[in-house]
Amino acid sequence: MHDHDDHDDDHGHAHGHAPPQKDHDTGPVGAYEVLEEAVRSLLIEKGVLTAQEIAAQVDLMDSRSPALGAKVVARAWVDPAFKKRLIKDTRAALAELGIDIGTLAEFRTVENTPNVHNVIVCTLCSCYPKMLLGVPPAWYKALAYRSRTVTDPRGVLAEFGVELPKDVEVRVHDSTADLRYIVLPMRPKGTRGWSEQELTALVTRDSMIGTAIPVAPSRPKARKSSKAA
Amino acid sequence: MVKARAPTSRFAPGDRVRVAARPVVGHCRTPWYLRGKAGVVAEVQGTFRNPEQLAYFKPGLPAQVLYKVRFKQGDIWGRYAGPVGDNLEADIYEHWLEPLK
Repeated sequence: MHDHDDHDDDHGHAHGHAPPQKDHDTGPVGAYEVLEEAVRSLLIEKGVLTAQEIAAQVDLMDSRSPALGAKVVARAWVDPAFKKRLIKDTRAALAELGIDIGTLAEFRTVENTPNVHNVIVCTLCSCYPKMLLGVPPAWYKALAYRSRTVTDPRGVLAEFGVELPKDVEVRVHDSTADLRYIVLPMRPKGTRGWSEQELTALVTRDSMIGTAIPVAPSRPKARKSSKAA
Repeated sequence: MVKARAPTSRFAPGDRVRVAARPVVGHCRTPWYLRGKAGVVAEVQGTFRNPEQLAYFKPGLPAQVLYKVRFKQGDIWGRYAGPVGDNLEADIYEHWLEPLK
């Protein structure tokens, strides 16, 4: 599955001095843009929201990214008591790390084990643990992912490069209601003695959706020196 | 989650249930593909205002108990390609669940 390739094929200007970076707002205004602006100005005009509140919410969403989720997963890998609390009461465990998930939805953590592999989808719309992982990837919202993950999860996982043996249960979570799910992947083999920070680097966004499995590079020392070089 | 005291939940983990097969007009969080399907209650998730009302600016009361229901993939799709051990879980509100013996 691919992200949309949104480069406009704008070969209109034959005179060769186009600016190095196109302005975002030079194209025709889309219907949704018009709708958003109309609703936003109405909400502000009627005093439901202020422009500052909208800007603050945009800032809040921008502060969330998979890095936040990776921190949580790595902590769960090194601290079994924290892992227990995370699974029992995700909201409270996240608060311990200073992560406030707000009041819009409850969170649940589902743990991958040698016997169960979890994968998250929302067939109804595109519910996603935004307060922990940030904005979802385009494919998560695509009809293909949303419909095929429930009918053929192993086929979808294989396309992501995840092939699971038949004796591992694939457990799909359709986030149909007030709960948002995050997958707690298994700690990769070969990471004994790794620091929490080193482990954090192994946790990818997709591994917290369930469409990937974190792996440790075979020789971490070599990885470090190549980075330094 | 609704702060008010949770109403008694009708189902408990392990109970076999069937999702109602009724049609609905308007906003609804019970997916079509699970209607009429049998599953097992895996967890009681708490009590939430009814989204079918919230969507239309109504208070969403009485609040509904929400259940995590586990379905065997083979029970949902006639021709599921994967192993029989594969499952799907979805959160279903109590007013959509019927007891199944």
